[in-house]
Amino acid sequence: MPKVKVDGQEIEVPEGATVLQACELAGKEIPRFCYHERLSIAGNCRMCLVEVKPGPPKPQASCALPATDGQEIRTDSEMVKTAREGVMEFLLINHPLDCPICDQGGECDLQDQSVAYGRGATRYEENKRAVTEKYMGPLIKTVMTRCIHCTRCVRFSEEIAGVDEIGAVGRGEDMQITTYLEQAAEHELSANVIDLCPVGALTSRPYAFEARPWELKKTLSIDVSDAVGANIRLDSRGREVMRALPRVNDAVNEEWLSDKGRYMVDGLSKRRLDKVFVRKKGGFEPSSWDEAFKAIAKAKPGKSIAAIAGDMVDCETMFAAKALLRACGSNLIEGRQTGMDYDVSNLAAVNFNSTFEGLEHAKAILIVGSHIRWEAPLVNVRIRKAVKRGAKVFVVGPEWETTYPAEFLGTDFAVLNDLPGHISDAFKDADRSAVIVGGGALKGAHGKAMALASQWGADFNVLHFSAARMGGLMLGFAQKGGMADIVKAKPKVVISLGADEMDFEPFADALKVYIGHHGDKGAHAADIILPAASYAEKDGTYVNTEGRVQFAEKAVFAPGDAREDWTILRALADALKVDVGFNSFAALQSAMIKEVPALGEEGLADLGALPKADAQAKAEGTMSAYPIKDFYLTNPIARASAVMQRCSDELLHGVELAEAAE
Amino acid sequence: MADRNPAPDTPELRERWGAFEFTESYRAKADKAIARYPEGRQRSAVMPLLDLAQRQVGEETDTQGWLPLPVIEYVADYLDMPVIRVLEVASFYFMYNMVPVGKYHVQVCGTTPCMLRGSDGLFETCKKRGMKKGHVSDDGLWTLTEVECMGNCATAPMVQINDDNYEDLTPERLDEILDELAAGKQPKSGTQEPGRHTSEPAGGPTTLKEMVDANHDYRGEWK
Repeated sequence: MPKVKVDGQEIEVPEGATVLQACELAGKEIPRFCYHERLSIAGNCRMCLVEVKPGPPKPQASCALPATDGQEIRTDSEMVKTAREGVMEFLLINHPLDCPICDQGGECDLQDQSVAYGRGATRYEENKRAVTEKYMGPLIKTVMTRCIHCTRCVRFSEEIAGVDEIGAVGRGEDMQITTYLEQAAEHELSANVIDLCPVGALTSRPYAFEARPWELKKTLSIDVSDAVGANIRLDSRGREVMRALPRVNDAVNEEWLSDKGRYMVDGLSKRRLDKVFVRKKGGFEPSSWDEAFKAIAKAKPGKSIAAIAGDMVDCETMFAAKALLRACGSNLIEGRQTGMDYDVSNLAAVNFNSTFEGLEHAKAILIVGSHIRWEAPLVNVRIRKAVKRGAKVFVVGPEWETTYPAEFLGTDFAVLNDLPGHISDAFKDADRSAVIVGGGALKGAHGKAMALASQWGADFNVLHFSAARMGGLMLGFAQKGGMADIVKAKPKVVISLGADEMDFEPFADALKVYIGHHGDKGAHAADIILPAASYAEKDGTYVNTEGRVQFAEKAVFAPGDAREDWTILRALADALKVDVGFNSFAALQSAMIKEVPALGEEGLADLGALPKADAQAKAEGTMSAYPIKDFYLTNPIARASAVMQRCSDELLHGVELAEAAE
Repeated sequence: MADRNPAPDTPELRERWGAFEFTESYRAKADKAIARYPEGRQRSAVMPLLDLAQRQVGEETDTQGWLPLPVIEYVADYLDMPVIRVLEVASFYFMYNMVPVGKYHVQVCGTTPCMLRGSDGLFETCKKRGMKKGHVSDDGLWTLTEVECMGNCATAPMVQINDDNYEDLTPERLDEILDELAAGKQPKSGTQEPGRHTSEPAGGPTTLKEMVDANHDYRGEWK
């Protein structure tokens, strides 16, 4: 561990640290543009210059200089100050001073650092260069004149996303950042370059000219577009969520966010259910809460009531529904709305046990029936990291475009029963390995995959793709036979908690109550619509596919007559003349935690040990297609979002859209 | 400076170059270049391959050659690398022509030493023949480019035409060279100064004089 002196203060730094990291450890702020902790070191912006002894008598780029024993580093000398001023002056030669019309204004690294480290004025009078704007797809807006060539976006798409599509063409003053032939950036993480861009060259197209950072209210929330549970921050103004940004959480999303999680928020204000509707003579008519509750009470469900949880509901909503049904004397609750009926007697067997962070250290990974790039883009990033560290990846299922070398073993699960020798060898040689089973393969390959994992000593993982799944399973939202059991019970009243992917046809005779926030498939099939809150409009607990309990806060109020889900269920209890035992959100939460203590503690829930695998298990069946047909349109919020619709049309279906004149 | 933007991607361009493939001899050279690098590092050979592709395009069009987008894509495909990475390399180095050039690509050095030794006159000579910077002349014979230092300052001014350097030029000497090229002959490359061999001092060597005609062992004379 080398010892260095930073501004006279002696500190010990880890082996392999750079001078910049040493300065940060000593609590010094080093300005930088190109350096980013999660990307490779480029060393081309020169903003991080410091004075280092021993060494040449000139400032050195600290991001690319290894810290060695006995170095004396100065970040406060006159030389460093002038060097920073000089670099800043150079960077500003060609950077336009258009901050008032730039979307990055207020959260711009260049703006902040020029105030902190720059000279008061420039001495250059020559013309600035101008660069044409480059088209990078429906999410990224470019103003390339502002680009300072830090190449963070280039490194991100090459190293993290694994899709080499952004590059720097030309040289010197003519260098320009672009995609090949200005094609749209086509991957699920493309919009992260917007966060990475230290200036206003790459900004968010849907958010262009919408708001300034200082007028936004920031709320900590959890992404519900997939089961990763990425930590996000919802920026809202008034009653509208303006944008979602990732928060740093090394255990979950590092600091990335999928394009869907980031850009489906415009769907929060479209196609919303903001009134109570009751179906009369085939059509919906606006109604009142009283009338709707009376209609439900009139159906006299008694014990014959069922609740189906959708993909994006929080644990509190599910618990409130469970409490209501229990008070009625029913236990017909189910969350796996598409009809899956895998065994949930042991939750560890349907959990992502290696954790996302642990997955990075696997040396061999077997993916069974999961299109990971679409089902969990951020898990795909982890697998890519593992591959860069030497992991081998094998996939059973239809082919999809991986961002790392992977061997596809065909679509027949039976291949698991008799794996080729080199695969077993790869797993036996690995000191850490993982088997990942996708939701679509749980039917045919769950048992066999678990047997293989225990045989190899590999971590056994199930990758879900709905944010409510693990929480629902912990709360018991599962019947032995799945949805089929609910259908068999012929309930008189079916409550759909934002369940849009379920099949309503078998419930033709039942009174179908939809408690949800978007006018989507579920609302179309319902008899009574009770408008509820989306994830942005209520506090709630979510459990991601790793079994990680996370808490999201309420960012805005639900529109119109819409209410938070638990209040609707609480009021419904009164209408049905039963007692659920809570009158406030806090009481609901403590009742829930009393029943499932794991939900009360943020972090990984202890789900117990894996069950003993059945060594005789056989995998059977084939997988002709993955459950997700369209990455951008998997949930009602995304389907209501104009941005997601455009992404789907343009990036997945190749529709040529005329650029709107701006 | 030369225009570094690739020629526009038009249906005509695709039709003309879409089916580009290395001929047998070029393929052999390309594979030889790839074999210089360890397995899996084939993309290290991107520069020689781009050069070979440009030469083959040159042969096919009877010019110095250039790199149409489909050819760049072919090279990317040949090396199994993303096409944007190939475009980065191709657009970085001036030796790769991004737009069509004439049979002779006349690259006149305009950097300070050459300029002081009269490169302005060379530009005049070229212009008199109808050459215009960055354009192919009407007869398809010439493309004129002003370039930065080519490292021949001792024999300035200089011009590079395709693979050869012509040094110690005057407008008259350049005229002669261009005449010969136009007539399909190969002029003598290197210095054009009578009596000068390479870049030794004008008026004969001042040191290592014994080395001029034959090799000479100075070691016995060391004191």
